[in-house]
Amino acid sequence: MAAEVRRVSPPHCLSASSRLSFRSSFKRFSDLLMQPTSSSSWRKRLAYYFKHGDVLWWTLLTLSVGVVLVLVLWIAWQLWVQSAAARHAFGWQFIWPWAKPVWNPALDKFQAWPAIYGSLITAAIALVLAVPLAVGIAIFLSELAPEWLRAPLNYMVEMLAAIPSVVYGLWGIYVFLPLVVVPLGKALAPLGEIPGLGVFFRGPVPASGFSRLGAALVLVIMILPTIAAVSRDVLQAIPRSQREAALALGATRWETVWKVLLPYGQSGILGAIILGFGRAIGETMAVTMVIGNSAGGGYSILRPGYTMASIIANEFAEAVSEMHTAALIEIGLVLFVLTFLLNALARWLVVNKTIKRA
Amino acid sequence: MTQQPVALNRTDKPAAVASATKMVIRGVSVYYKTFRAIKNVDLPVYENRITAFIGPSGCGKSTLLRTLNRMNDLIPGARVEGKVLLDGEDIYAAGQDVVDIRRRVGMVFQRPNPFPMSVYDNVAFGLRLLGIRQKSILDEVVERSLRAAALWEHVCDNLNQSGMALSGGQQQRLCIARAIAVEPEVILMDEPTSALDPIATLTIEDLLQTLKENFTIVIVTHNMQQAARISDYTAFLSMDDDRAGYLVEFGPTVELFTNPKEKLTEDYITGRFG
Amino acid sequence: MAPESIYAHVNLRRNYRRRKILNTVMLSLTGVTVALAVLPLVWITVYVLLKGGRYLNLALFIHLPAPMGTPGGGVLHAIEGSLVMVLLASLLAIPVALLAAFYLLARPNTAVAQAVRFSTDMLAGIPSIVVGLFGYAVIVVTQKHYSAFAGGVVLAIIMLPVVLRSAEEMLKLVPPEMREGALALGAPEWRAALRVVLPAAMEGIVTGVMLGIARAVGETAPLLFTALGNDHYEIGQIVRQGLHYHQSMGQILGQIFGQPADALPLTLWKYAQQPYQERVQLAWAVAFVLMLFALGLNIAARAWLAYRRRKLYG
Repeated sequence: MAAEVRRVSPPHCLSASSRLSFRSSFKRFSDLLMQPTSSSSWRKRLAYYFKHGDVLWWTLLTLSVGVVLVLVLWIAWQLWVQSAAARHAFGWQFIWPWAKPVWNPALDKFQAWPAIYGSLITAAIALVLAVPLAVGIAIFLSELAPEWLRAPLNYMVEMLAAIPSVVYGLWGIYVFLPLVVVPLGKALAPLGEIPGLGVFFRGPVPASGFSRLGAALVLVIMILPTIAAVSRDVLQAIPRSQREAALALGATRWETVWKVLLPYGQSGILGAIILGFGRAIGETMAVTMVIGNSAGGGYSILRPGYTMASIIANEFAEAVSEMHTAALIEIGLVLFVLTFLLNALARWLVVNKTIKRA
Repeated sequence: MTQQPVALNRTDKPAAVASATKMVIRGVSVYYKTFRAIKNVDLPVYENRITAFIGPSGCGKSTLLRTLNRMNDLIPGARVEGKVLLDGEDIYAAGQDVVDIRRRVGMVFQRPNPFPMSVYDNVAFGLRLLGIRQKSILDEVVERSLRAAALWEHVCDNLNQSGMALSGGQQQRLCIARAIAVEPEVILMDEPTSALDPIATLTIEDLLQTLKENFTIVIVTHNMQQAARISDYTAFLSMDDDRAGYLVEFGPTVELFTNPKEKLTEDYITGRFG
Repeated sequence: MAPESIYAHVNLRRNYRRRKILNTVMLSLTGVTVALAVLPLVWITVYVLLKGGRYLNLALFIHLPAPMGTPGGGVLHAIEGSLVMVLLASLLAIPVALLAAFYLLARPNTAVAQAVRFSTDMLAGIPSIVVGLFGYAVIVVTQKHYSAFAGGVVLAIIMLPVVLRSAEEMLKLVPPEMREGALALGAPEWRAALRVVLPAAMEGIVTGVMLGIARAVGETAPLLFTALGNDHYEIGQIVRQGLHYHQSMGQILGQIFGQPADALPLTLWKYAQQPYQERVQLAWAVAFVLMLFALGLNIAARAWLAYRRRKLYG
């Protein structure tokens, strides 16, 4: 409604009125209505806008905006509604870490913690490895790379993000798992002997290499470009005067980066990391292809497992019972809420605290 | 518009007393890729004196200033020809340590640029780079530097407040304190008051007079009156037809302003040009 | 007495040596991180192109898959399915994205605009598998069958934020005087937008659309339970059959969009995990095609944009 009303301003001030706020143009419109003498002229004007299509135009714009605004809410609503059966049947036990893990479609008993754990542990390992790499890349791209090298390297980072997820998965199954993950898994297996910490490394890693570790390592490659690109933008948004101030005090380039730029951009880089975390948790195909898809696996990173996304991808099309479907959709709901919160936080950190200040 | 010739506010100001030469700019040209920004400048910088660079905007005053501590190294494509001697040694010679040069030749910028950390950490930044960790020494030097920058009274009760929270003039004095904490021999100032209000400007100008007892100061200013008020020596630069900056005249400030040798200088200081 | 100099406490030479070593080591390490990122990129690209290139042949593009365990066959069904779904996704997403971008251009700082930007970013961050669940719940459940239509709609949701964000950026680059000039001449708003602003921003918008399409073509997860997959999806066949039974144009289109369909990445996923060597080879060939398509589209879009920018800003 707002749109149509706003357009009804006299033609002679069209260009100026485009800058006016809704409130003032509304006043203008009501003024027009109040004037008894000009009753025929405002009708004419209204007719003008109908005839020339602006009413239709603004209706379309408003509708499109409505679609964008409604979509996220609608997705959330659908997940909420469709998961009702599972939510009612299992309550909070469904995602409770210390509940008895069970995933039994035959008995219609479901508990999502193993999948949530799988998502968290793979994403966490991926982050631990990807963050130093990504920040290093960001530093190199924004501070060190000579002009001629910058564009091709930026390209390469973008390319890493452009390769379809299934291609990573295919490469993972046939190249990366046997060549890297299996030997690495064998090398890590002795750590399983350590009391306490050992639960994370209890082997053996399967001969195929399907494991949480494999998924985590593929995720490293996949989230690297996200974190690197955002961190690079954050660093580049820092005013040059900060660099000059440090260098003029006799700081080396590394000291400038480490003691001035990184602290300055810390919230933005934190945002980039959180963004990467969200990507890692939501990544589906490559992970499904290399994680081995098993509801067991305990806590070990060397064993196959599930992530939230991979359990949906793997089981949803074949889910027969209503409860199984609802349980998977509830996992989708958890995934949605988690990524939504992470992305909102990341956006706030990157946009509000870094880009705007700079 | 014709202005009155700049009045020296201290007519009794003595002609600069001779002093040792701290730096010498010898035949310096600066290129940005193929463009020559500065051509063939020869200039001495005297110890414990204030040397001002004046001239129309775009004539390369800041560029010349930045050659004195090799800040131009940061700009891709920038190249310096000629020599800049610091205590007789060419800072552009092979094997010179740029970090050491920048420690010895500090710099204060046009816009105050404190780090987004506490006042204390700002001043202690350079000291910590030098590996000084002892709290007692840090405390002492931070206080000494803030006092020297005439900022101590304003911040002494809360050294943990953010440097960004200070007013513009205070921020600039914080930057001065930060620069002098590492005891440089020369301080370069690139239009340090251009972003400040008149009162803050006056405070800084007064500050410079006390600072020069311990430091050699080179200051770029777009404001002739300021140069006349505060400096002992003035270099007037101008732009040639090929847009390259060059030195028109250098001399003791009083002489340059009252009795310029060059017609161009006279035109400039009387406001007929620039 | 002058206060004691700090240099009484500093061994400058040792200090410099330590810091220089740290500087060199750490800066070199950032170079190493770049090398570590480039390594997998080169590894994957070269491996997929070499291995997939080996299984590339004409049959891949013109035949349906051979029965399991027999050699030969192609992925025509997936190519056509991808085409149909991406086309539908583009038809749905691009107009909405552009219109919303025009709204953001006209009212950049309103609360609605902020909400739209936030919403767009959140939409872009929703895992694609969750979007698939949404498509399942809204379309598949109500229609009671999987379809290319459902696949196209979820791909549209994936494309929407990509195109919207880049379109907004590109529209903002058009000088506002152009739009205001047109309005001042008495042109209606829509005419100014479509005839003046849109052409000026066209090239940038096209690159945004290309990036969106590249993204949609590579997406698998949302199609798993919307388009489901269909080894026999062949438009030519559907059309021939329709004509034979004297079906109307609408009915034939309904068939095309109403059936479950396959897509290149979906086929890749299924074939990659099958025990038959022939299928795995097809998967590698599909990976080759997908990779070339995604990288090609990305490189073309970015190169074009960079070229334009250089031309514009010297």
